[in-house]
Amino acid sequence: MLTVKSLHAHYGNIHALKGVSLHVRSGEIVALIGANGAGKTTLVHSICGLLKPTKGSILFEDNDLTRLPPETIVRRGISLVPEGRQIFATLSVEANLEMGAFIHRKDRAGLRRDMDRLLERFPVLRQRRRQLAGTLSGGEQQMLAICRALMARPRFLLLDEPSMGLAPLIVREIFDIIQELRGEGRTILLIEQNARAALQIADRGYVLETGKIVLQGEGRELLAHREVQRAYLGKGAKPIWDA
Amino acid sequence: MADIFHGAAWLQYALGGLTIGAIYALVALGYNIIYNVTEIINFAQGEFVMLGGLFGVFYYQTCGLPLGPALLAAVATVALVGLLLERYVIRRARHATVLSMIIVTIAFSILLKGGAMLAWGKDPYRLPPFSRSGAFLWHGVAVQPQALWVLGIGAVVVGALTVFFRTSFYGKAMLACADNADAARLTGIPVRTMVLLSFGLSAAVGAVAGVSICPITLMEYDRGALLGLKGFGAAVLGGLGQFYGALVAGIVLGLAESFCAGYVSSGYKDAVALVLLMLALFFKPEGLFGSKEAAGLKRF
Repeated sequence: MLTVKSLHAHYGNIHALKGVSLHVRSGEIVALIGANGAGKTTLVHSICGLLKPTKGSILFEDNDLTRLPPETIVRRGISLVPEGRQIFATLSVEANLEMGAFIHRKDRAGLRRDMDRLLERFPVLRQRRRQLAGTLSGGEQQMLAICRALMARPRFLLLDEPSMGLAPLIVREIFDIIQELRGEGRTILLIEQNARAALQIADRGYVLETGKIVLQGEGRELLAHREVQRAYLGKGAKPIWDA
Repeated sequence: MADIFHGAAWLQYALGGLTIGAIYALVALGYNIIYNVTEIINFAQGEFVMLGGLFGVFYYQTCGLPLGPALLAAVATVALVGLLLERYVIRRARHATVLSMIIVTIAFSILLKGGAMLAWGKDPYRLPPFSRSGAFLWHGVAVQPQALWVLGIGAVVVGALTVFFRTSFYGKAMLACADNADAARLTGIPVRTMVLLSFGLSAAVGAVAGVSICPITLMEYDRGALLGLKGFGAAVLGGLGQFYGALVAGIVLGLAESFCAGYVSSGYKDAVALVLLMLALFFKPEGLFGSKEAAGLKRF
């Protein structure tokens, strides 16, 4: 569904991606793990169009996305739940959701239906739908960010560090939501520092290190990989929870 | 007898204050529109008012258009100036910080003022009032119909803008751009278009203020700076980005000024706005109507 071919990108003067190739098949959850500064966010921004890659290409369902602006890419069916949530803090929860559906603004009835369905699923957001989004707790903001992305009716969802800064219990909830989304037939690329949680729900995973893919394989396989355990899971570390 | 006369003076000042206050409110609205979308404070806003008045004079007297079309043409022309400011000045500097953008708008205002001086000279110009009927007496107060026009136009513009930003999809999208431009692009909102729209809209509102005040106070090339400053005072006093706040604060400012001129000395008139602005900044920086909550969530 999504194919990234030997992508190079610069972040200022830094050569942040040095020939990254990966693919995501329809219906998969693919995890991309890596430490801080490995180039994860650069890759995400390149896919979404916030950053123009210098070389290489990004194909989505056989259409070239490379160097298209984000406004166009979201119309093709790719939505990003950005790192740090990036909700519209000064707008109400409801307005945040409406803005998520900006590209479907002509379809008022459909927009209402989508919003009702999401508020049904996340009752916390329904309770707070007239509140300013910035006053929500971290976990609620993350749910709102996911819902806002879903309002665009994406077939392909990118989540950048959805567990960042959240309590373990909330992280678990977020990861449950991600699995449900796959159950609805959406394809997911999950970018995480929390390697264990990500690889446990992923079909396949990639490990990014200083701008290159150094390892790839099935989720379970990577979880058991000696290098991954050493670098990302901490040798002998206790699992946060059992899947 | 003396009492009646006294009462009339009071009412007369109040009416004058309301009229000029409505103008400050319109200028403040202009600041709020651009601020709401970009968090930039556009210090060329006063110049849009000045240009509105002078282009009105240009289309009416120089080109000989009837008053109505001349005023519309003036508003459209100034809106175009606003669009040009965004497209060729602000957009060029798009990687600059909000603060440098604000300084850019100050430069642009000096440019507009200089250009207006070259084009129109230093003389003040007048437009005829919008309706032909003369001033009439009401409770012993001379009422100029133009003052009622100014108040009415002010109220309509505030109402329309509030509805636009609160309920319309494009209005909310414009607010989303101010809040987080990258996130707005990711949801598919064309941020550049929204910013462009905000400058055009804001310039048009400024020009409306300019053409409606011109029959009362005349207009000359350097009138913009002071109007801009007082409008800014009203915008801050009312809470940046709040349309009703701007309306109320503008009128409070106009009334304060008018009473000060009537009962104290007209020499201190201009100081009133600045003193109120400073008091607001010291004691209630989020403004009378700004929500502390929202102010805490904003960067600037």
